[in-house]
Amino acid sequence: MRGDDLQKRAATAIVWLLLIGAPYWLPAIGGYTELGTRVVVLGLAAMSLNFLLGYTGVLSFGHAAYFGLGAYGAGMTLRYLVPSTGLSVIIGTLVGTIAAAIIGPMIIRLRGVYFAMVTIAFGQTFYFIAFRWNTVTGGDDGLIGWTRQPLNLGFATIDILKSSVAFYYFVLVLFAVAVGIMAWLLRSPFGRTLLAIRENERRARFLGIPVDQHIWISWVISCCFVSLAGALYALLNNFVDPRTLYWSQSGDFVIMAVLGGMRSFWGPLLGAAIFVVLQDYLSSQTQNWMSFVGLFFVLVVLFFPRGVLGIIRRRATA
Amino acid sequence: MSLLRVENVSKHFGSLVAVNNISMVVEPGELRAVIGPNGAGKTTFFNLISGFFPPTSGRIVFDGEDITALLPARRVWRGMARTFQITEVFPELTVRENLRIAVEVAAGNRLNPWLSRDADGEIRARIVELMDMGGLGEKADRLVGELAHGDQRATEIMMALALKPRLLLLDEPTAGMGDQETYDITQLIRKLHREEKLAIVLIEHDMRVVFHLADRIMVLAEGEPLAEGTPREIGANEAVQAAYLGKAAA
Repeated sequence: MRGDDLQKRAATAIVWLLLIGAPYWLPAIGGYTELGTRVVVLGLAAMSLNFLLGYTGVLSFGHAAYFGLGAYGAGMTLRYLVPSTGLSVIIGTLVGTIAAAIIGPMIIRLRGVYFAMVTIAFGQTFYFIAFRWNTVTGGDDGLIGWTRQPLNLGFATIDILKSSVAFYYFVLVLFAVAVGIMAWLLRSPFGRTLLAIRENERRARFLGIPVDQHIWISWVISCCFVSLAGALYALLNNFVDPRTLYWSQSGDFVIMAVLGGMRSFWGPLLGAAIFVVLQDYLSSQTQNWMSFVGLFFVLVVLFFPRGVLGIIRRRATA
Repeated sequence: MSLLRVENVSKHFGSLVAVNNISMVVEPGELRAVIGPNGAGKTTFFNLISGFFPPTSGRIVFDGEDITALLPARRVWRGMARTFQITEVFPELTVRENLRIAVEVAAGNRLNPWLSRDADGEIRARIVELMDMGGLGEKADRLVGELAHGDQRATEIMMALALKPRLLLLDEPTAGMGDQETYDITQLIRKLHREEKLAIVLIEHDMRVVFHLADRIMVLAEGEPLAEGTPREIGANEAVQAAYLGKAAA
């Protein structure tokens, strides 16, 4: 048990060192800072999805809805309301979270495929609204005419607009807060009730856990952090378009989580890194880059059902 | 006041009448066995009491309160815990973790994002106490899914006990067990009944276990009550012998 604990701590330390150093070591191996930012943002989305998928045992195929709402919430705040990056992140996150909280009671009684299907349906509703409502959302062309603003801390201003390194660290700080809260919750009595539901819903129910209520809370927490990721994604691109709401975006999050390993806390971040790097590299070589990502995904699922991190773990314990 | 009062419950599945007009009263501290041939409606009757599904008609009163329409979790909060014919545990968690979840929920921490050092200490102590009582101390850090059937069953019973119930419902606690395991589980149930003064209702096929443990026995046949009484009365009842014991003896 103790060795296990030590190993986990070491892994966590390595992940943080790599993340903190990314703007310095990425260029050295042919990458660039924005690529790192993409990994962190999409990794946050995949880890948030995994809070629900890997730790509560509930598969959502509609997380793009809340990712997109976060993105539009942030973009529209900057475009129409106030030129404040901080407020745009807060409003974007709130919009997605509130939508999830309202939709939650309608879907939490469903299980398995039925839950997944209904989450897709809700996601597509938001997609079509964004797609059709040209005057407000910019429709298919996306929401343009705004950029993220320098961060005004009162005593100093950090230019996260021009400096991509400064923006990376801005994203990393919010990532750390979100991931820290999720890790802390998973180690709490509440987090253990989620594991209980994943492991055996019937037993959980007859231990006195109101399962639907706990799934709703897990769903809202998961959607809250995916909305935050969406808001950061909009700021990263200085642009939002309806594809952030599209169901295939939800599929990408599921692929990242499963690819990296959904039974491990950091797995989805690794999955996001593999996904983003493959996309970045392959899409410059071929238009059909998704076929290769898909092939890789199928191979991992067939031979390593616990994901890439599962392979590494098995090596470490063998 | 009676602890559990089941009044004329029936359960229909379409045109099938699984349970027809059964009543039962359980007093605090009583150990009641429910027996009957296969398909007699015993497990359906149990599912009605524990709230797995609602009865088609009839009423269930627990500790003076009508609980007929309450969800399972709410029945648990009022002091009712159960085990299942096919053991229901958290297979990929250890014995300690299984019990921890039950103890934390019972202590009212199910929504708690944080435990104080004192609260955590009390929970740990309670887990150890339960593991000792169930004879699971040496298997504390083993995954429950890897344990022998008898130990999985003991874990399930201790999880139910962690909820500090006033009524424990055991659905065939010795099903599929060898002689030694059956003996161990029987001793455990007897201990809970004698030392914890727990009211227990159990469904059981093994007649040695039933006649050894029960204060009173209810016999069901084809969804209907056939007889009720002390083990001695039931053993002498001719209708029961014809419907059930006779068959078993022959």
